Amino acid sequence: MTTDDARVLVAFTRFGLGPRPGDLARGGDPREAIVAELTAPDGARTDDSALPRTSEALQAVFADQDRKKLERERLSGENLAKNAIPAPDVAALAPTLGPGSPGVEGASSMEGMAGGATTGRVEAGGAAMPAAKPSPEQQIFRAEAAARLARALGAQVGYLERLVGFWSNHFCVSIAKSNITHAAAGCFEREAIRPYVTGRFADMLGAVEQHPAMLNFLDNAQSVGPDSKAGRNRNRGLNENLAREILELHTMGVGSGYTQTDVTELARILTGWTIVGREGRLGEPGAFVFNPNAHEPGSAKVLGRVYDQLGLAQGEAALADIARQGAVADHVAQKFARHFVADDPSPRLTARLSKIFRDSNGDLGALARALIDDDEAWSAPATKMRNPWEFVVASYRAFNRSAADVGPVLNALNLLGMPLWKPSGPNGFSDEASAWASPEGVKMRVELAAQFARQAKDARSPASLIDEILGSSASAPTREAVMRAESREQAAALLLMSPEFQWR
Amino acid sequence: MLVCETPSLSRRRLLSAGGALFGWAYLPAFARAADRRDPRLVVIVLRGALDGLSALAPIGDPDYAALHGDLALRRDGEHPALPLDSFFALNPAMPNFARLYGARQALAIHACATNYRERSHFDGQDVLESGMPGPGHVESGWLNRALAALPSGERVASRGLAVGAMPPLLLRGGAPVLGWAPSGLPAASDDLNARLLDLYTHRDPILAAALRAGLDADQIAARQGMDGLKPGGDIALAMQKAAEGAARLINADDGPRVAALAFDGWDTHANEGGATGRLAQLLGGLDAAIAAFERELGPHWKDTAIIAITEFGRTVRINGTVGTDHGVGTLAFLAGGAIAGGRVIADWPGLRPADLYEGRDLKPTTDLRAALKGVLADQFGLSPQTLAAVVFPETSALKPMAGLVNA
Repeated sequence: MTTDDARVLVAFTRFGLGPRPGDLARGGDPREAIVAELTAPDGARTDDSALPRTSEALQAVFADQDRKKLERERLSGENLAKNAIPAPDVAALAPTLGPGSPGVEGASSMEGMAGGATTGRVEAGGAAMPAAKPSPEQQIFRAEAAARLARALGAQVGYLERLVGFWSNHFCVSIAKSNITHAAAGCFEREAIRPYVTGRFADMLGAVEQHPAMLNFLDNAQSVGPDSKAGRNRNRGLNENLAREILELHTMGVGSGYTQTDVTELARILTGWTIVGREGRLGEPGAFVFNPNAHEPGSAKVLGRVYDQLGLAQGEAALADIARQGAVADHVAQKFARHFVADDPSPRLTARLSKIFRDSNGDLGALARALIDDDEAWSAPATKMRNPWEFVVASYRAFNRSAADVGPVLNALNLLGMPLWKPSGPNGFSDEASAWASPEGVKMRVELAAQFARQAKDARSPASLIDEILGSSASAPTREAVMRAESREQAAALLLMSPEFQWR
Repeated sequence: MLVCETPSLSRRRLLSAGGALFGWAYLPAFARAADRRDPRLVVIVLRGALDGLSALAPIGDPDYAALHGDLALRRDGEHPALPLDSFFALNPAMPNFARLYGARQALAIHACATNYRERSHFDGQDVLESGMPGPGHVESGWLNRALAALPSGERVASRGLAVGAMPPLLLRGGAPVLGWAPSGLPAASDDLNARLLDLYTHRDPILAAALRAGLDADQIAARQGMDGLKPGGDIALAMQKAAEGAARLINADDGPRVAALAFDGWDTHANEGGATGRLAQLLGGLDAAIAAFERELGPHWKDTAIIAITEFGRTVRINGTVGTDHGVGTLAFLAGGAIAGGRVIADWPGLRPADLYEGRDLKPTTDLRAALKGVLADQFGLSPQTLAAVVFPETSALKPMAGLVNA
């Protein structure tokens, strides 16, 4: 294996989403191809013209809820639980979802508490489509998933998309939470993650914590200052879920020195960060809003610093300071190196990434660049198993499959234990090899690889498959197994399940 | 990481007919020589931190109703709690557990916790599942180390079953583990699997061990008539289905004797509900899962112990969004024919302000690990020395709780 060949493969596997036919033969400097992705003018942004903004997506959900409520009232006395009501068609979303759509302002509801109406709904989500017409949130989720898949399949190397996957999992929301997160999970990634993957950490943090999907997912939309106007009138109060996960998961990391008091104080500061309800009294329904009536008045102290700003500025100042804590750099560097290089990356590599994060004041582009400028990141052995998303996408890329139907991909991700935007908790999906190299996980990969191979109808010879997908990394036993397959289809399945394809 | 159990296994041998396939993996019938029992153990992890005070309410505590507010269970009303004794009453979503309690086949341990005293789910789950003295040890779980410590020769019991595509930390480690999850895909051909096993045996011990274990579980599942079992959208039904599948696998004569399941969703920060609502729905699922084990295990139920545990509890007072935030003390459910049930084990700390842990949480007065050690000692005959040295390191001062399992 020549060094150049090996570097091209590492570029596509460790940093990217796997080679498509012809990618390996094209040659060229692999690092430059990655840099070209990082410096592309549109960055990781997707073409959003066909997809709704968060507020539009949530208005579709509100309208659907109102319509179902009216229907229930009309047929009161009958048990409708099992009779799904046809949902409005949101295929042509943008034109039909303006604030003036019929039904949006219809039924009565609790203003400023959009999260409250729907939290606690537990459902299957993902690809398991019921026979009835899909709800607006299901339709939006599918459109978002299709856009994400198209972007992953079309990427030259895929480093930017890997960065999106990393940060989206770091700041995860789950569609299992509510129909709000179900409808807005894709918007969340497009609006709060993608614009910042080569930008500033503090900006991403700010966008994430003000996004309706996150405010609903971690219950802050309903959190009310006990001494605020709303708190006194309605006997509601604090919910510290978001504040805790900001410190524990999003920024500093567990055990990094903050206390229970810091969590509670940050929760007070973040009261009032909520979602405009369906009646639109505080703004555009479904959009982020700061509700002064729910905000805990007075100053608060987090990590030794006093915040006495008024309103939204108090929380923004606190988040900006938290983003600068030294523990954030260490936490991010460790996770970043673990995702790309090894479950236990070398202390030298994580220290270097941490220093660059700190010295650049949280420049995520500099962090991404530092990784591909580090020799260890190119030369470390392939000890990371491709996670289910990477495996499925790399399989599709290997066979040059189009994203015509996202359903089978969503189904595959469900079966492999990584349902799209549906982690089991706010810590996201595991990033350790042992989590994915499980008996059930590997067996399921074999079944899916067989299915992909059946569907690929690839006419290439096994020899050219090896050259185009594994290149010089193909070991003698793998080459032999693929060449001796009883059919092209079986050769393709063996190739997808080869150690060279599974590990990166 | 999983290790290869039988490196000498040849492809030819694996390809031979179904019955022989399992000859190498299991001894024909397993019974503890001393008493002819064939013990089974199921551990259910309730991820997200269960509100013990809404699951099993200290209705006799004068401070309970006021502190737990709208979530508090009551003796009267439309959905009265199910009284277990004069002090504790069970959430009405758990009628099966109450029935088993009456039949002395279920018990609860209240005001318990591991030694973990912070409030991070993930660290809390690490401690709960790893059995190590602190967070950050994710290489192996206590249940796996218990399996590994069983005397050689008792090999049927020495394989655990991990339900779901991701093995819980509880079962990760050196002892071989089977994996199973409901699936709707046509199975890959035996020939493809055999070729891959052959390739992995040359190239990749990790993938070899994982695939081999996955295929084993599949074979047992097929023989137990579990084809076509699919996870449902209804969370309670999904829990019941997972339990049914796991029960059929551990019920097989040559199946594993130990299974671990994880149920998510217990992190009830908002709109938790009390006798009805979100938490009640989840408790109903757990109750249905326990009933499914009882139904499917049939005659083996009498030797079965099920333990449902959670990483920590929730605040005693309800928060501003009709839910509860992370707390410390909680409870554990034990059920099964092997359990010496019909009682609530609790050194009740009280709920007056001075009684609460850090002024907010139920104070833990029982170390959950003592109960876990007790069940392992009584079900599988593990010695206190082994339990303190290997299974729950640095717990030699913590005696296994005696009498949880019928003598």
